[in-house]
Amino acid sequence: MSMSSAVSNFSNMTDLLRSVITRIYAESPYLLHVLYALQRKFLHISDEAVREVAAHLDLPTSQVDAVVEFYAFFHKIPRGRYDILFSNCTSCGYMAGGVDLMAMFGRRLGIAVGKTRGDGLVSMDQTSCIGMCDHGAALLVNGMPITSLDGPMIDSIAALVEAATPLEDWPAEWFYVEGNIRVSGLLLKDDLSEGISLRAMLALGAVGSLSEIIQSGLRGRGGAGFSTGMKWQLCRDAQGAAHYVVCNADEGEPGTFKDRVLLHSYADSLFEGMTVCAFAIGAKQGYLYLRAEYRYLLSHLQSVLTRRRELGLLGVGILGQPGFSFDIDIVVGAGAYICGEESALIESLEGKRGIPRVRPPFPVTHGYLGQPTVVNNVETFIAAAHIVLRGSAWFRAVGTGKSVGSKILSISGDCAAPGIYEYPFGVTIRQVLDDCGAKDVLAVQIGGPSGTLINRAEFDRRLDFDDLSTGGSLMIFNQARDLLAVIVNFAHFFAHESCGFCTPCRVGTTLLKNGLDKIAGGHGTQYDLDEMQRIAALVKYRSHCGLGQTAANPILDGLQRFPQAFEQRLVHSDEPHFDLDAALEEARQVSHRDDTAAHIK
Amino acid sequence: MSADTKQNTITIDGQEIPFLAGQTIMDAALAAGVYIPHLCHRQGLTPHGSCKLCVVDIASKSVTACTMPAMAGQQISNNTPALNEARKTITQMLFIEGNHICPSCEKCGDCTLQAMAYHLGMLDGHFPQFFQRREVDASHPTVMLDRDRCILCELCVRASREVDGKNVFDIAGRGTNAHLIVNSTSGKLVDSDLETSDMAAHICPVGAILIKKSGYKVPIGQRTFDLHKVSEIGLEKTILTKVRQPDE
Repeated sequence: MSMSSAVSNFSNMTDLLRSVITRIYAESPYLLHVLYALQRKFLHISDEAVREVAAHLDLPTSQVDAVVEFYAFFHKIPRGRYDILFSNCTSCGYMAGGVDLMAMFGRRLGIAVGKTRGDGLVSMDQTSCIGMCDHGAALLVNGMPITSLDGPMIDSIAALVEAATPLEDWPAEWFYVEGNIRVSGLLLKDDLSEGISLRAMLALGAVGSLSEIIQSGLRGRGGAGFSTGMKWQLCRDAQGAAHYVVCNADEGEPGTFKDRVLLHSYADSLFEGMTVCAFAIGAKQGYLYLRAEYRYLLSHLQSVLTRRRELGLLGVGILGQPGFSFDIDIVVGAGAYICGEESALIESLEGKRGIPRVRPPFPVTHGYLGQPTVVNNVETFIAAAHIVLRGSAWFRAVGTGKSVGSKILSISGDCAAPGIYEYPFGVTIRQVLDDCGAKDVLAVQIGGPSGTLINRAEFDRRLDFDDLSTGGSLMIFNQARDLLAVIVNFAHFFAHESCGFCTPCRVGTTLLKNGLDKIAGGHGTQYDLDEMQRIAALVKYRSHCGLGQTAANPILDGLQRFPQAFEQRLVHSDEPHFDLDAALEEARQVSHRDDTAAHIK
Repeated sequence: MSADTKQNTITIDGQEIPFLAGQTIMDAALAAGVYIPHLCHRQGLTPHGSCKLCVVDIASKSVTACTMPAMAGQQISNNTPALNEARKTITQMLFIEGNHICPSCEKCGDCTLQAMAYHLGMLDGHFPQFFQRREVDASHPTVMLDRDRCILCELCVRASREVDGKNVFDIAGRGTNAHLIVNSTSGKLVDSDLETSDMAAHICPVGAILIKKSGYKVPIGQRTFDLHKVSEIGLEKTILTKVRQPDE
């Protein structure tokens, strides 16, 4: 391998570590990027690497250590040269096709989940939704997505790994990710050509541009729906040494993949929108926080930024305006759903664990580096670019009530045509289901696991901020689905992604996960169901941030709308709080026994 | 108090309480002698808002008293059966997440978590134990770190930074894998610059950070919470200075 020869060129590992750290940090001064480079090169981040990074970046060793242990894509124990991560999402996960592809892959290569094979060739694990939900089962190999997996492909991948074939020599078409845009509305009709919105913005002036955004009634597309114009105004008015524009491209909500398509095909519109925001609030620096699962889009995004700099659309004196300078850096995350929460995202940008901040104060006054900061969703910035170009009236003409404009949906699950659909706000669920060819629908998860689970009786409800609000995920489950399995999947997701800061979410999401596992495993009683209800209510009302406050939604919605999915699994006798047989597992392993007498049935 | 400091009032359980600009609900309550249960809060340290024992309701909205700024006219519910039930459940969560051994723990009687459990009428852990494996660090000559009891309140993290002028502790990992780590090259306490006189060595509300060779100097029955309720101790003005032990 190239690594061993590289190692021999240095007198010792310390020198090699230092050279990598120095080079990467000079290129891109972000802790997450330095740690990523080390993870890729050495397949783990050793204690020595942590110490060297801390010394070079002048950070406490404990901060670097804390960050390494927080993000799912950093490891203190070596991963394989081929690091395979199967999505565990209900739409793009390893079970999406009904067959356990991860187990199949594990059998082919003789490897267990979460482990690295003895020869160091390959490691395999599961990861939260990787945003490939319109393509069926998907995985990441060394960060590169492969979609539309099936049994034969698993065999092929296993063979390529076993033969240590370099990724460059794998079939190129495997790595191509189709956009699947099915219905285009206001924003998807075209990618704004370079500078067109910026020229409109200059004609309007900063105050005029901001006023146009305020008058448009645009609300944040991440799901919360805060007025974008008001956010920009508050930030503009806030005192600070510098103002910042941050784009939240950390779409981690299972079932969401619209940002993937927007970043791939509408990057110019996005950067126009961020630049408009910078002009309106007086920012000189912007950041695009890209989720690690979309790292494969990084070189494309960087080439768009480079071209925009060459065209005078970014950098010093944009479009010849001496007073207007603005540039954008891309910072890539490292596997943490919580970083989609805006204050956790800012913490992550600052090279820390993604722990949501105490609010107030809000990022508009105390954001990145404590300075006034606008954080908006990818789709919000794109809408802003269009509004400045076409006017607020153009935008207000579409939509309903207080939900103006369009919403871009990521539709996945049991339907004929999964993909991207853009609708005016106010569209009914029934219309959406008809358009994507969904038949025999049992339930729809609106807004991903953190959103709302609805049943057939509710298909005339509308997608807007007053009825069903959504960041864009829409997962369809038909009559053949085991809905309890879906809810169990979501409970595991939240327990895995809880940041661990506050007690109700940290402990509560794990209690919910364990309780649901017990019920799904056929060991639950009515008592357990009542407990689920009680814990879920506590987690929902008493947690620190949006993650905890929504983590119990699938359970609460499920209990309300699909009680039979739970009740049919209950046993009608008293059982202990734990699975007696499972409790013996450790003893069986220690004693190397697995015979009948070592089990309790 | 500066001349321009505006005095105003909030209402907690029907009782009107004055507050000063910049105070949180917790600050105002404690100053007025109104106890709001808390574990991760200590006057003088940056409020944290993580334990969630101090949740109170304003209208039907849950807020964290130690971080929420007091604002004129707030109608706050605090000492209600529903809130104390929620607090009891949160306390039970802290108990079953860690490995707590009250009867044999040397912090018994001096432990705020234990006192909180009594205060809230908690009779058992209620939930299945997590039985997590937590590392013990006995490397330091005078300070013991037993993560089994750690409740992740970060009082030691903040005390070290804000009072001791050091940076001995941090939290790593996420979810239920979150754990206290030590800022030293080996990750061991012995290689950190923690000293017995540091506030961080004494601030632990539970039995996670203990001063060695002092565990049973005060007999059980005469310890802090044997003599006082947590609601009395919680109202005391804490003076955040370094503590010098008599044997130093």
